[in-house]
Amino acid sequence: MKVAEVPQDKGMIGEYGHEVCYAVGDNGRYTLSPSLGWDAKNIVNDQAWTAIAEETRRMHALVQSGKLSPIAYYQAKHQMDIGLLAHYVALANWRVKRHRRPEIFLRLPERILRKYATVFGVSTADLKTVPKTFSPELIRHR
Amino acid sequence: MHSSIIDFPHSQSAHCESGVTANLLRFHHIECSEALAFGIGEGLFFGYLPFIKINNLPLTTFRGSVGSIFSNVNKRLGVTVRRKKFRSETQAMDDLDAKLAEGIPVGCQTGAYWLPYFPPAFRFHFNMHNLVVIGRDDDHYLISDPVFEKVVHCQRDDLQRARFAKGTLAPRGAMYYLEAVPQNPDMAGAARQGLVRVCKTMLRTPVPFLGVRGIHFLADRLEKWPKKLGEQRALLYLGQLIRMQEEIGTGGGGFRFMYAAFLQEAAELLGLPPLFQLSERMTLVGDTWRRFAVSGARMCKGRAKADDTYGELAAILRQCGQSERAIYGDILEFGQ
Repeated sequence: MKVAEVPQDKGMIGEYGHEVCYAVGDNGRYTLSPSLGWDAKNIVNDQAWTAIAEETRRMHALVQSGKLSPIAYYQAKHQMDIGLLAHYVALANWRVKRHRRPEIFLRLPERILRKYATVFGVSTADLKTVPKTFSPELIRHR
Repeated sequence: MHSSIIDFPHSQSAHCESGVTANLLRFHHIECSEALAFGIGEGLFFGYLPFIKINNLPLTTFRGSVGSIFSNVNKRLGVTVRRKKFRSETQAMDDLDAKLAEGIPVGCQTGAYWLPYFPPAFRFHFNMHNLVVIGRDDDHYLISDPVFEKVVHCQRDDLQRARFAKGTLAPRGAMYYLEAVPQNPDMAGAARQGLVRVCKTMLRTPVPFLGVRGIHFLADRLEKWPKKLGEQRALLYLGQLIRMQEEIGTGGGGFRFMYAAFLQEAAELLGLPPLFQLSERMTLVGDTWRRFAVSGARMCKGRAKADDTYGELAAILRQCGQSERAIYGDILEFGQ
């Protein structure tokens, strides 16, 4: 790749500056060259986020129809599987799985709710609800 | 009131671990570029490990294992490193503060997901991100994160969280700093060792899914993806592969360009002009990997052109594999 060929396709980096690539300068020597991004990368990054949004949307619907507790929604939003979430709240997998059942979730003590709330960065009151409608933009923010 | 800021030679790099290594060495007055650190540290690699899944997608790697670049460089240059992991989060932060107060910059392994200064689009559960903490101003830490242009700030809570990210390769608060550096390290000798070792690893792997054989193995598998997995899932596999190649701080072309840059530096250090030509050939390999990414990304977007097919992609990979095999063979002839 020559310096002149270093792509400058804005996308995932947004307004956060630029990254650097290795490219060959006019003198034939390698140099670090700034890049604002590359379409090929933007496409596959978007693809990954679409998959996360899709999974979160699916969970959102299941929570709203009363099949799962809000934990399932927040878990998907934070790209976690049950094992990873269990690590974060320091509970066994089977307990996390159980807490995803709405009737069990309703009976959880504040102490356990706080663990989940801390990991997801919400209040325990917020943890008990999910947004009324789901839009993919919801997941790109913390 | 805590305030200590170290005068640290931050410079932006393509990849976190080689960048951290080079920046730390430079702080200790050893001149070393990122590419040189990558080469000495035996950074280049290939592995396609379909039996290890990340987010349900197979793992592909273009570099050696986590921490190996840093430890190989220090071993070859005779640098003494101190490395710690922690059980207690408080202890981990206290130890960090103590070192900063002594004026010592501290490298940390962190989970990228919890670093608030990361652009949102990059926030995945990825626990192999390296950075150097270079100062503290009360609740704020100053961080030389090598993939960023400037020094960044991070709140204490966020840094603590990132250092104790959970999941695959959890960092468990890992931190490291250089304790003693030699006066005049033998850069040329170290570069030669790194060079030879990489070529041997790439050519003589005992298993089919690593090294150059791994590239051909991936090509064979990739050809069968649409049939085996279905169109939808095959595209997810493909997207993940391209992300591993390009997105995770590789400097382009799955580290092949960075390695070509190293070959140029090695040519001068070792007084071996043929390495310049090999660098050019490595650049072409990098370009071929990029071609793979462009064609694959078009398919992911549903904009495939006539010759964007899995068969054609596999052919590009085989071309990469063949060219790389020839390059490593030639390097071994010159380098030994």
